[in-house]
Formats: sequence, C-alpha cells, structure tokens
Amino acid sequence: MYKKAIQQYAWLLGMMVCTLASVALGATDSVERWGLNMTEGVTPLSKEIYGLHMQIFWWCVAIGVVVFGVMFYTMIVHRKENGAKSSNFHESTSLEVAWTVIPFVILIIMAFPATSSLIKIYDTSESELDIVITGYQWKWKYEYLNQGVTFFSNLATPKDEIYNRVAKNPNYLLEVDEPLIIPIHKKVRFLITANDVIHAWWVPDLAVKKDAIPGFINESWAYVEEPGVYRGQCAELCGKDHGFMPIVVKAVPENEYDLWLAEKREVAEKIRALTEKTFTFDELYERGKVVYEKNCVSCHQANGEGVPGVFPAIAGSAIATGVVNNHLEIVVNGSSKNVAMQAFRDQLPEPDIAAVITYQRNAFGNNMGDSLQPIDVLNYKNK
Amino acid sequence: MAHGPAKGITRWLFTTNHKDIGSMYLWFSFMMFFLGGIFALVIRAELFEPGLQIVEPEFFNQMTTLHGLIMVFGAVMPAFVGLANWMIPMMVGAPDMALPRMNNWSFWILPFAFAMLVSTLFMEGGAPNFGWTFYAPLSTTYAPPSVTFFIFAVHIMGASSIMGAINIIATILNMRAPGMTLMKMPLFVWTWLITAYLLIAVMPVLAGVVTMMLMDIHFGTSFFDAAGGGDPVLFQHVFWFFGHPEVYIMILPAFGIISAIIPTFARKPLFGYASMVYATASIAFLSFIVWAHHMFTVGIPLVGELFFMYATMLIAVPTGVKVFNWITTMFKGSMTFETPMLFSVAFVILFTIGGFSGLMLAIAPADFQYHDTYFVVAHFHYVLVPGAIFSITAAVYYWLPKWCGNMYNELMGKTHFWLAFIGLNLTFFPMHFVGLAGMPRRIPDYALQFADFNMISSCGAFLFGAAQVLFLFNVLRTITVGKKASDEVWENPEGLEWSVPSPAPYHTFSTPPEVR
Ligand code: HEC
Ligand SMILES: [Cu+2]
Ligand SMILES: [Cu+2]
Repeated sequence: MYKKAIQQYAWLLGMMVCTLASVALGATDSVERWGLNMTEGVTPLSKEIYGLHMQIFWWCVAIGVVVFGVMFYTMIVHRKENGAKSSNFHESTSLEVAWTVIPFVILIIMAFPATSSLIKIYDTSESELDIVITGYQWKWKYEYLNQGVTFFSNLATPKDEIYNRVAKNPNYLLEVDEPLIIPIHKKVRFLITANDVIHAWWVPDLAVKKDAIPGFINESWAYVEEPGVYRGQCAELCGKDHGFMPIVVKAVPENEYDLWLAEKREVAEKIRALTEKTFTFDELYERGKVVYEKNCVSCHQANGEGVPGVFPAIAGSAIATGVVNNHLEIVVNGSSKNVAMQAFRDQLPEPDIAAVITYQRNAFGNNMGDSLQPIDVLNYKNK
Repeated sequence: MAHGPAKGITRWLFTTNHKDIGSMYLWFSFMMFFLGGIFALVIRAELFEPGLQIVEPEFFNQMTTLHGLIMVFGAVMPAFVGLANWMIPMMVGAPDMALPRMNNWSFWILPFAFAMLVSTLFMEGGAPNFGWTFYAPLSTTYAPPSVTFFIFAVHIMGASSIMGAINIIATILNMRAPGMTLMKMPLFVWTWLITAYLLIAVMPVLAGVVTMMLMDIHFGTSFFDAAGGGDPVLFQHVFWFFGHPEVYIMILPAFGIISAIIPTFARKPLFGYASMVYATASIAFLSFIVWAHHMFTVGIPLVGELFFMYATMLIAVPTGVKVFNWITTMFKGSMTFETPMLFSVAFVILFTIGGFSGLMLAIAPADFQYHDTYFVVAHFHYVLVPGAIFSITAAVYYWLPKWCGNMYNELMGKTHFWLAFIGLNLTFFPMHFVGLAGMPRRIPDYALQFADFNMISSCGAFLFGAAQVLFLFNVLRTITVGKKASDEVWENPEGLEWSVPSPAPYHTFSTPPEVR
C-alpha cells in the first residue's frame, strides 16, 4: 500500500543527495568567493579551533541526516492521503534511554578535544612580546610593553566611501591608518583592556577574540606562522561607531619588525622635540585640522556642529569661544559631566593638542584669533 | 449565571474574564510584533548594501535595541501569556484564572510600559542604543538620558510577567477539574507551569540588575564601574542569570503547543508524555547553570569556562529527547498537513537546526570565533522565529476556530506558511555564512565580502514581513466573515477545550467537567 509513497521518498532522497553532492563539488570554489566558512587562520591554535568547528559541524550533519531522514520518511509515507492508518504506540523506555545515551556519548567525545584546546588558549605564559591593547570609542591603542612604542590605530576608510559618494576600495571598513605590527614565529601576548566602554578585540585569522573591559585586563596570545596582513573588527557593541573600529595586524619577519620598531622610536623622539618648537598660527591651524579630522570628527562632526543632544557643537561653543584654560582643561583632562569626552592627555602629544585647540577656536566660524603653543600644553599638564 | 460580557470599552478595561484578557494579550502582542518587525526592516533596509544610506549609526543602534526588546518582551512573552490565559483554564477544566483581578492588572500595565519605551525614540539623545542586552557601562555611564525611562519600562514589564506567572501557577495548582491529575495535564499546561516558575525566579533578577543601573546612573553607586570598585562583568553575570532562563521562557510554552498539535494531525497520541515532562523540567533546571556561555570571551577563569561549556553541552540531551519524541509521534501516524501542522513541522525542523548551531556555540574554543558574530544572530533567530513565532502562529491557527467560532481560510493559511518559511530561511540561513566569514553583529555597515548574503537576507526579511500581513488579514477575515467551525474543529483532537462549543462561550466549565 505504501509503495507509491516509498517511491516518492526515494525520489526526494535522490534529489537531496544530488544537490548536496553538487554543493560539495562547488564548495571549494564558493567558499573562496562567497566566504561560507570560518577561516583556518594562521596560528596553530586557530587551526585547531577550525578543526573543532568542523568536527562538531559534521556531527551535527550526521545527526541531522538521521533525524531528518526519519522525519521526511514518515511525513511522506505515513500520510492519510496515502492510506496510512495510525497506530497507537506511545511509549518505549528502551527508545527513550537510547536517545538519551547516544547524544550523551557524542558530547563526551566532543568534550575531550574542546577541553584540551581551551587549556592551550588559556596558557598565556612564556610570551616573547607583550602588547597592551586598549579599546577607545572608537579606535585602538597599541602599547609595546617596555619598548617605548605606543600609537593609536584609526579607521582609514574615507567618509566619501561610507556615504557612497565614491567607489569603495576592496578593504572597505577593514583598513586603518597604522596597523599593529608583530613578528612571526614569536609568542605574542596581548593584554587587552578598555578606556571607556567594553569593546572586543577580534582577529579571525589569529582566532583571538577577547573582551576589552575598562578597569580590567584580559590576556590572550597568538603565534603567527605566516607573514601577512590580517584584518578584524571590534566585536562588542561599543556605541555609535562600533562598526567603524577595525583592526589590522601585519605579521612580518623578525628583522623587518626590529627595523620598524627602531623607526617608530625615532618618530616618537622627533615629536617630543617638537614640543620645544614655536609654531606659527598657520602651522598650528593646518596641523589642528588634521588632528581634528582624525580624533574628533566622529563625535563633533566635520562641520563642527556635533550631534544634537549627544555630542555638543564646537561651532559657537561656549568653551571653544571662551577662556583658553577651560578649553585646555576639557581636552587635556576630559569632561567629568560626560565621560564620552575623554581625556586626551595621553592620547595626543602636546603639539597636537595645541594645534587642535587652536583649530577649534578658529574654525567653524569661531574667530577667536588666539593660538596655543605646545609648551603651553606641557605647562598646563604639569601644573 | 450565564451572563455575557459588559458593553463598550468598559468590557475591556474592567474585564476579569480570562478569554477577554487572553484576547487582549494576543492583540497587543500582534501589534508589538508588527512594530518590532518594522524596526527589523529598518535594520535590514540599511544592511541591504554596504555603505550608509538610510539611517545613521546612532539610529541604527536604537533600532537593533528596540527591535530586540519589543520582540522579546512585547511580542513573544505576551503572546504566550495570552495563550495561557485562553487555554489553561479550558485545558484543566477551570472556570477562569485563579486571580482574575490581578490578571486584568497584569495586562493593563503593559501598554503603559511599551508606550514609555517607544516614546524614548522622540526624546533628546534618542532611544536606548545599547542593544537588548544593555551591557554596562555603555548602558549606564555612556547611555542617553532616556535610559531612565527604559529602566522604568522594564520594571513594569517585569511586574506584569511576575503577576502573570503567579496567576498561572495558582490556576494550575488549585483549579484543576476533579480527576485532572498533574500527569494527565496537557503538555502546554505542564510547560507553562515550569515556565511560570522560571519567570518568578528570574524576573526579580532582571529588576535587580536594572535597579543597580539606576543607582549607578543617578545615585552615585559603582556596581558596574571599575573606577569606583565595581565590575562591568558583574552586570553580565546578573543579566545572563536572568537572560538564559529567559530564552527558555520563550521556548518552553512553544514545546507545549507543538506537543498538542502534532498528535492531532498525526492522529496518534503524543509519544513519551512522561519523558517530555521530565525533559522540560531538566531543561528548566539546566537553564540556571549555563548563563556564562554568553560570556566565554569576557575572561572568566579556565575552570569556570570548562564548567559552563560542559553544562551547556548537556542541554542538548533533553532537547534532543523532545525532538525525537515529536518525530516518533509522527511515525506510523496518519498525517495531514493543515496550516497548524505545517507550522509545527517547520518548527521541529528549524528549531533542530537552531539547536545544532547552539551545540556548535557550546564548544567554548570555537565560540571564540562565533561569539558576537552573525552566526549567533542566525542561531538565536533560528530558535526564536521558527521556535517561538512559528509555534504561536501554529497555536493561533489551531485554536482560532475555537476562540471565534469560525474557520480560517486554509489556502491563505498555507500561503502564509510557505511565504514565511521561505522568507525566514532566506533571511536567517545566510547569516550563518557571513557570521562564520567574520561579520560582527550590531554593525550598520560592513565590509564588501559580506554584501551578497546581506542582500539575500534583506530580501528574505521583506518577504517574511509581507507574509505576516497576510496572516493579519486571514485572522481578521476569519473573525468577521469566516465559515462556521464545528465544535470539534479537527478530527478527534485531544483535550477538554474541544468539548465546549465553538466559539467557546464567555464562561466555560462553571461546573467542573469529568476527567477520566
Ligand atoms: C567619543 C566622542 C567624542 C570625541 C571623539 C571627542 N569629543 Fe569632545 N566632547 C564630547 C562630549 C560628549 C562633550 C560634552 C562634554 C560635557 O558635556 O561636559 C564634548 C565636549 C567638548 C568640548 C566642549 C564643548 C562645549 O562647549 O561644551 C570641546 C572643546 C571638545 N569636546 C573638544 C574635543 C576635541 C578637541 C576632540 C578631539 C581631539 C574631541 N572633543 C573628541 C565627545 C567627544
Ligand atoms: Cu565595538
Ligand atoms: Cu544562554
């Protein structure tokens, strides 16, 4: 009586096998093109995690084939229109035991490799390089511990691309002004924290995702095996520009890394020297514009109008058009009223603070005509 | 005795009748479902293409937050309470809920809570923008001023849920007809009994966490501020101690509904009734000891991580038992596929897929890659949309003829099903891929390699939305001009609710029925 139904089922099964097979055949190609799966990454741990991911995935597929196989069989065969008469069985202790025990055993099989990977992930000891990563709204600070190198890494994608005024480049939203440089074949430890809200530092190729929590330090590590550029993003909602604080890690051979480090130190030295220098008004204004566009526009906006109710305007603002010391105070030490206005004391060198204040006091129709020298900022800081 | 409802608006304002209150809950939930859906469509419209075109990031964050809050607290939970109100007294043979005045109150505070929540959209600084999980300090020190209204709204919703839960427990424990022993109760009653206990256990925790936020914001405490000796991660522990049981609050009643519908259309008794009850209870128990699986990346110690990984994996066992029982119920039945059955079958399949991704997420090392990506978004939408939403839809089609006395239009119902089914899978299945490929959640704009799948998702979302308009139309049409339904409605369905006429009279079981 079920013959027709069983034929239908076989036909459906055949169809499914064919689709699956063609998908599998096309898969290698489409994984590349469409980005269907997790990356294997470039560290031993990332490869291990990828392996775990695939293992649990195939378990799910296997269970799915059995469960859905039975389900579709019964849905096709045991239909009233196919003349199926319902039986009345509704209990079986042995079945219940079986489908409690079998999944349990599968879980235990999975638990072993998962546990061993987790232990490795947590072993941050014996690192060869320590980098402190601090999340800010909305950028990352990288500090090479005991190396004298610290810098911020900002989104480099121009607003014109974001607002669809020009074509988007291939690294759209995944590009920064200064990438994190790390040496390959070294155990690099990341000490991750935040300055304001919670962020999460995530680079899929390193299989590192760790929350950056203000007031606490989390640890993670990576041992990169292949030189290359690896891109990631902040993974924890951190406010307005959460989607716009990417991470770029450049892994380079050791000698290249050392060269870069030396260069970085030199640049820092030069900036320090600038603190002594006296700038002209125009120099300050030009420099200030650049600093403003890199550090302040996300809140105060390019036209200085701010976001009503959230971020105040600089154009015509009482502080930017008032006593210079108040202006210095809010930029150097931040606002106690609204913590979103951070202290830029340690984020910007003195010349940049002097420049951006000069710029704010003279741009957007603020015509104060005054300017500030780096040395003034230094004196204010040391007061 | 057999007096009817009052006339006019006072019928609804002052009613203590479980059927009236049930209907109000359901309509309220339906409205919230559309409102939350509109917010979702704003999100999907913005994500149709890379770049910012429709909304600014600030507003986008308000949309994701309100979408989540409204769907969870405004659409899914009230819908289940509405179904409980309508069905539990009729299923256990009680004349009404045990505490009818409180019932009225627990409904009527809800519209105020949601009016307040939605009104924050028009406040200076905008609506809450910190996600439905409102992690501190983004939701405290860095929150817009409207957060205070949000906190108050959550308090009211919590009060409403607790009152609803007390009422349900009191009804089930005290008002059963003679002979209706606990182990004879329909599973919908069982799952709701357990859900009600979960609600009573965790809604105060939610109230606690928002109160701590309130203190931090206005009264100078530092629960969640490291600078004052607090800890932002404490927020997450407290929140998820509420939040994980909450996800079961949104699915256990669904299990009950599916366990009622599948036997009817398989024309075969539910397989493994007792094991279903025990599985529900174990899921409820386990739900209290897995909360930190939402926090694998916050830096909890290794032992903690291992404990929460094992406990989370364990949940797969009782959940699997449920799925196997449903399939075995269908096995060797004599099945037909009317609309409620279609939704129920889809529930079993898609909920299982959501369970698979859940199992993957439980593997803590892999979760380091999945966490906070679209893979998670795909996972919880697979358990919530085909889980909670499909079960509620199935329940409406299944019991609507009993409620209003008219049969819905089958063709329209089936069309609704297929549109929703296709729309849902188009929307949420590609999210697995973009998540694995590295797209974080809650971003208004994304890198170019995610573009194709996002476009598909957005199309699917609009299709799904359109399907729900058809649903609304079908329901309205059934109530107004539908064909008369018989008292039994379906072929030999189980349960006391089918022994009363269609539509169910205003008062049922004023004298207790006999339960053999
Ligand atoms: C994360 C967002 C954010 C960024 C980035 C930001 N600010 Fe602010 N800023 C604020 C907020 C919020 C206030 C309001 C503070 C208050 O109410 O006390 C503010 C206030 C100010 C004020 C005072 C305006 C007034 O009249 O009240 C000045 C001046 C200022 N910021 C300068 C800067 C400079 C210079 C930069 C870049 C180096 C910058 N801000 C970057 C958020 C930001
Ligand atoms: Cu972020
Ligand atoms: Cu959970």
